[in-house]
Amino acid sequence: MSMQQALNRALAEVMTENPRALILGEDVGQLGGVFRITDGLQKKFGEARVFDTPLAESGILGMSVGLAMAGYHPIPEVQFDGFAYPAVNQIICQVGRMNYRSRGKLPMPITLRVPSFGGIRAPEHHGESLEAMFAHVPGLKVVSPSGPNEAYHLLKYAATRQDPVIFMEPKSRYWQKGPVNTGADAAGYRPTGSRVVREGKHLTLVAWGAMVARCLQVAELAAEDGIEIEVLDLRWLKPIDAEGLAASVAKTRRAVVVHEAPRTSGLGAEVASIISERCFGTLKAPVERVTGFDVPYPSGDLEDEYIPNIDRILYGIQRVLEYRRG
Amino acid sequence: MADVLALDGTGRAELADEELRELYRLMLAVRHLDESAIRWQRQGLIPGYAPQLGQEAAQVGSGYALDMSRDFVFPTYREMGVARTVGVDMVEYMSTHKATWHGGLYDPKASRFAPIQAVVGGSVLHAVGWAHGQTLDGTPAGELGVAITYFGDGASSQGDVHEAMNFAAVMKAPVVFFIQNNGWAISVPTERQVAGGSVAGRAAGYGMPSIQVDGNDVVAVTQATATALAHARAGNGPAVVEAMTYRRGPHSTSDDPGRYRTLEEERTDGGEDPLARMRTRLLADGIADEAFFEEALAAARAEEEQIRAGINALGPRPGTEMFDFVYQEPTQALKAQASAWREESEHV
Ligand SMILES: Cc1ncc(C[n+]2csc(CCOP(=O)(O)OP(=O)(O)O)c2C)c(N)n1
Repeated sequence: MSMQQALNRALAEVMTENPRALILGEDVGQLGGVFRITDGLQKKFGEARVFDTPLAESGILGMSVGLAMAGYHPIPEVQFDGFAYPAVNQIICQVGRMNYRSRGKLPMPITLRVPSFGGIRAPEHHGESLEAMFAHVPGLKVVSPSGPNEAYHLLKYAATRQDPVIFMEPKSRYWQKGPVNTGADAAGYRPTGSRVVREGKHLTLVAWGAMVARCLQVAELAAEDGIEIEVLDLRWLKPIDAEGLAASVAKTRRAVVVHEAPRTSGLGAEVASIISERCFGTLKAPVERVTGFDVPYPSGDLEDEYIPNIDRILYGIQRVLEYRRG
Repeated sequence: MADVLALDGTGRAELADEELRELYRLMLAVRHLDESAIRWQRQGLIPGYAPQLGQEAAQVGSGYALDMSRDFVFPTYREMGVARTVGVDMVEYMSTHKATWHGGLYDPKASRFAPIQAVVGGSVLHAVGWAHGQTLDGTPAGELGVAITYFGDGASSQGDVHEAMNFAAVMKAPVVFFIQNNGWAISVPTERQVAGGSVAGRAAGYGMPSIQVDGNDVVAVTQATATALAHARAGNGPAVVEAMTYRRGPHSTSDDPGRYRTLEEERTDGGEDPLARMRTRLLADGIADEAFFEEALAAARAEEEQIRAGINALGPRPGTEMFDFVYQEPTQALKAQASAWREESEHV
């Protein structure tokens, strides 16, 4: 099934299992969302539980805070990454803090779905990567699936937590298909931590969201030259699975982090720091970052110049492999 | 339609025959360009577009009332008709839909037309700031430049829009808030968006006057806008114009309106086509004849052809421009990224 279908199914199951779960946002009702992730859910669960709000993201998040205080589990959607910005005040000052402010008496079980990242030649503010901004906010958790199976399990897991989770969906992957284990044997599966999606011994590529698929392509190409690359899908961007990261890099002794977001203060810096803290003794080279640039996400014509492409990732790998201590 | 709160500016009562003909020519040019843009998207010339079909009277009428020697336009993303009316270069305008450059390639300062804005409600406060700048400049009342800001019924839900209206009214800033109430915000109808049914109705709460106008009547829109502009220009503070119109097409080229409204509803709710209406009026009043309409059509076609050729000729911008416009004074780190990009892309 496609990631869009997997997410839709996960939402339907969460809504069925938890009668206090609610879906709200712009065009999430009859339209089923601009990406159809909530397709058919209003029909199934009624207009009280799946509803369109007026067009105001701060309103959507602020209202979700109040709904959470009233004992609901809101699953708001902001239509595109860049339209989370108008809600930032509520996300940072309220969603991230209410549990703390109330000494744990007012938990914020809010699962904020954000179609994220670029690659679809869209207008401005429809291609941005906000993980570092969200990860920097105390009180939030951040996760991003890389494929349909991850999408299904991570969303079901996130939407049953008592803490707020920012759920970043890689919109360029919505229509990619893959097997999804929805069987009874999957019921106990806890999609915490990271996941090795390809084993290798020479270098670890660390990625999340849409970049995981690209890193797998790179690993294929490198394998032709006898370089065995391990691809680690980080999945949780907060909390980062430091053990999983360290275990992989302890084995390969080299790492390259790949993300679409701008480089400076991007999540790659955090990943590199965790690796150097935990693997300094065994590392053969400094951790390399292959990222977007410190520029506003560009228009479609320049998108391919901005997003890390296969060549740029291969150059990054080469720099690490060729590194010699001075 | 009724004035919600009477304006004390006078505006312009009568339009001369040649002005009426010009309004029609403009609407027709805009209609042609709009329909072409949808075709261009289907043909793969541009990746996406947000049609303004049905909003020609609201856009051309309001744009026509502006004094572009001193006023300034703050658009969102659907104001192609305003842009055309006030003389923005149409190839440079359309470049945003060709995914060449966010915001368009035109010079916003010279065009007095702010960059195209994807953030719903994003530019409304900017209009207040620019307008207050006119007051701070000491421009005498009666000669003030007015900021006109265009947004939709959906946008009127944004907190920023409420803040803008309050700021403008408190500071008596020369702003015209021009709402195109086209019945829809993607799939959400106005009644689910605007409590009370009218954005103009809110103006009274902010202590400013408003006009709700038939947005499909280009003459009425021109006059209402001129009245609001005169009010603001005279130093009386902001005003609201709410043009009641209808989004006859999809929200954008990736939208499927069949999921939330029927063709039957489109026909009945859409009302009379603003272009057909103006044509009937010009004929009935003997202001234009068939020869005029033929000429106008030929002109619109020629213009569309020229714009298409211009868009076709637009290549992608050089990748270095990603880095060039981030700052006036670029940082060392950014320069380093730019040269790394050049090497890795083998663009050296
Ligand atoms: C801040 C923000 N939130 C969401 C969107 C996505 N979006 C684009 S247009 C639109 C509807 C806008 O409706 P309205 O303001 O009535 O203008 P119209 O499209 O009808 O011209 C939405 C929700 C956006 N562009 N900006």
